[in-house]
Amino acid sequence: MAKYSLSINGKIMSVEADDDTPLLWVLRDNLNLVGTKFGCGVAQCGACTVDLDGEALRSCVLPVSAVGKRKVVTIEGLSEDGDHPLQKAWEELDVSQCGYCQSGQLMAASTLLKSTPDPTDQQIDEAMTNICRCGTQVRIRKAIHLAAKKLNTK
Amino acid sequence: MDFMNSRRNFLKVSALTGGGILFGLVFPSFETNDASTALADYMPNIYIKIKPDGKIVLMAPNPEIGQGVKTSLPIIIAEELGVDWKKIEVELAPLDNRYGRQTAGGSGAIRGRYADLRKMGAAAREMFVNAAAQIWSVSAADCIADDGMVIHKSSEKKLSYGELASKAVTMQIPANPTLKDPKDFKYIGTRITDVDVHSIVTGKPLFGIDTRRKGMLFAMIARSPAYGKTLGNVDDTKARKVNGVKNVIKLKNSVAVLATSTWAAKKGRDALVIQWNTTGKLENSSDHFAGFKEILEKGPTTVGRNDGDVEIAKQKATKVLDVYYEIPTLSHCQMEPLNFFADVRDGKVELYGPTQVPDQLRNDVAEKLGINKDNITVGVPRQGGGFGRKLMTDNGVEAALVSAAAQSPVQVQWTREDDMQNDFYRPAEMYRYRAALTANELLAWHQSAVGIGRGIRGDSYVAGAMVNYRSDSQGFNSNTPTGWWRAPGACTMAYVAESFFDEICLELKKDPVAFRLDFFKKAKDAPVGRVGYDPTKYKAVVELVAKMSNWGTTPDGVYRGFATWFSFGSYAAQVVEVKLEDGKPRVTKVYCAVYCGRVINLSGAENQIQGAIVDGINHAMFPKVTFVDGAVQETNFNTYNFLRMYDAPLDIEVKFVESDEAPTGLGEPALPPIAAALGNAIFAATGKRLRRLPFAGQL
Ligand code: FES
Ligand code: FES
Repeated sequence: MAKYSLSINGKIMSVEADDDTPLLWVLRDNLNLVGTKFGCGVAQCGACTVDLDGEALRSCVLPVSAVGKRKVVTIEGLSEDGDHPLQKAWEELDVSQCGYCQSGQLMAASTLLKSTPDPTDQQIDEAMTNICRCGTQVRIRKAIHLAAKKLNTK
Repeated sequence: MDFMNSRRNFLKVSALTGGGILFGLVFPSFETNDASTALADYMPNIYIKIKPDGKIVLMAPNPEIGQGVKTSLPIIIAEELGVDWKKIEVELAPLDNRYGRQTAGGSGAIRGRYADLRKMGAAAREMFVNAAAQIWSVSAADCIADDGMVIHKSSEKKLSYGELASKAVTMQIPANPTLKDPKDFKYIGTRITDVDVHSIVTGKPLFGIDTRRKGMLFAMIARSPAYGKTLGNVDDTKARKVNGVKNVIKLKNSVAVLATSTWAAKKGRDALVIQWNTTGKLENSSDHFAGFKEILEKGPTTVGRNDGDVEIAKQKATKVLDVYYEIPTLSHCQMEPLNFFADVRDGKVELYGPTQVPDQLRNDVAEKLGINKDNITVGVPRQGGGFGRKLMTDNGVEAALVSAAAQSPVQVQWTREDDMQNDFYRPAEMYRYRAALTANELLAWHQSAVGIGRGIRGDSYVAGAMVNYRSDSQGFNSNTPTGWWRAPGACTMAYVAESFFDEICLELKKDPVAFRLDFFKKAKDAPVGRVGYDPTKYKAVVELVAKMSNWGTTPDGVYRGFATWFSFGSYAAQVVEVKLEDGKPRVTKVYCAVYCGRVINLSGAENQIQGAIVDGINHAMFPKVTFVDGAVQETNFNTYNFLRMYDAPLDIEVKFVESDEAPTGLGEPALPPIAAALGNAIFAATGKRLRRLPFAGQL
């Protein structure tokens, strides 16, 4: 066990964990930030996606010891009041079905919009590689376009 | 005591301490003869709770697995009750027999409850109106109810349901409440957002996996790595040394490691040294298919349906089309890996987690632990998908056994590998199809099926419209477990039958839409034997989708496939469009027409249809499970391939045939035809007839 100071959602949080513990489980088990989900553990499904210094990162394969000083943003920190343009677009278009994959989808989409404020369909195809078993992809695509519109007319 | 004039349920009304009111339905078997029994005794079956401050809580009685019933069931109550949807709260009901069938499966929740929930809402509304009329000494006919208020039309006096609650409780329960005229519906048939959407997009702890309780240990379980192997010697020395591991428990055919975190439990589990003994046959998928083929060549033994004489027709034919279709084993892969929380102590059991059958789980745990059902509670959170996997209770039962042995609250967490290696799979199948043809006529249709564990019924169309029709099948023995998978039976049957139909259209140079309409006309005008579907409804969806897609005028560079199927009470017809990108077909658009009776929530209904279509495209294109020596080869998404954004259609246009009939199934019916519609489009684009799922490797 070692002590780590992590920057999560704008706060410094200290945790004690084995150095090989994936950030995902530190978030879920140590910090009770359970919005970040477990789906595969092998960087395939994207359910565990967090924002690490502005990049979408699959936290199930990032050992806590490798996080360092980088800033982590989880779904709980995506916006203060749940009013990020993506969150609003997701609500407006009623994107989710079971909902389980959606926090990962939102985090992937939010990093996409950071680098590409008005993504084309092709850019969405390339950036959004998360799995949704319920098949909400059509609405996710629409919601990203809608959020981009909201962002750009702000 | 008044009864509602309902098929089997009784309305119960009682006061809530402090002046509110409760409405619930009670099943006759739970009814006492004592008319004065306070409703408090029946608390768990409550559907409507109105507090004196006007706050209204509606209960959703069936598990929410992503099919939308936590939203759509309360919409039905809210509609008749006359309340403002934006002001109500929805809660998932706990397990209680008085709610009737609390299952998520078979597209049955709305189908089963629509009529009762409407009547209950209407009866409650009438009681509020009557209460207000008495207070104001006016005629009830001069009052209307809306947005949780009763209004006296001429004087515009108003009282809220909250204010009226204590009076309403004393009103007679109407025996025959007047239902709303559907043209006055405010919510039913409109777009209503999922009640949990805000919690979902803000990452609130909604799911079983998010359960955190005081003193809870995290557990992972080592299970057999192959079907046909059972637990032998266990050496847990290393596992116990892993930081955070608290306990190791040997179960009948598995070993549980309990720890202070999920990661520690996993490391401990992976550190176990276990000898697995071969005690059964170690099977191979390749042997399954070889076995299927052998049976199909000889002819399966069970005849499901036999109209006319297909053999004579084959002799008369100028050509007999004779083809084989192959369907692989599939895993469920619901997005939330299985888990369950259990606390078994002092003869009491608390269970909380993902299940589609809470009632069955309670029975199974009662039996396994020898604890009376009354001492077992089952709580059901929102679930990260179901697809039929959680119609099995193994995850909940196992958690109860671990907790009982450890005498501690535990959450058993499965990894994706655990999930995929210990599933109740959609069984592998093989079909042989034969059509007796002349230059322009289909004389006979002969379908034969072999699958692990089960055969097929043979009543779907073209049965009912063919003079010579035969369907036979045979089960195949295997020790690989099988179960229900979204739209069981229909999901594979539709693929093979509708692909084969397309092959026949090509042989006979018929238009796939027009030729199908011929069959529905025959089934209607000159039916042969039992007709297990409604040809008029089939015709309606086929015509609607043809209109939506402008069938017959394909744009340049676009290739189309068509298919239609009836399942779970509803009809779906689909047109898939593909384009070639780098020589490979890519799905760009899907049109879907659905006949499902009245639509409750347009947004949710459309979401189910779109989701089923993407789900169907995914499973037609990418994944398959292969057994080698009893072991599953594809254990995670790196080998069990799944559809990504690029592979999903850019757009899916959905239309519902307008209908006043009671709602029929929605969670499943759009899935069955899509694989065939896609395969037919791929054929149009590439000239390749794909008779084996999944398609991806063959393109
Ligand atoms: S859980 Fe991390 S990518 Fe699936
Ligand atoms: S909404 Fe269920 S997995 Fe995406």
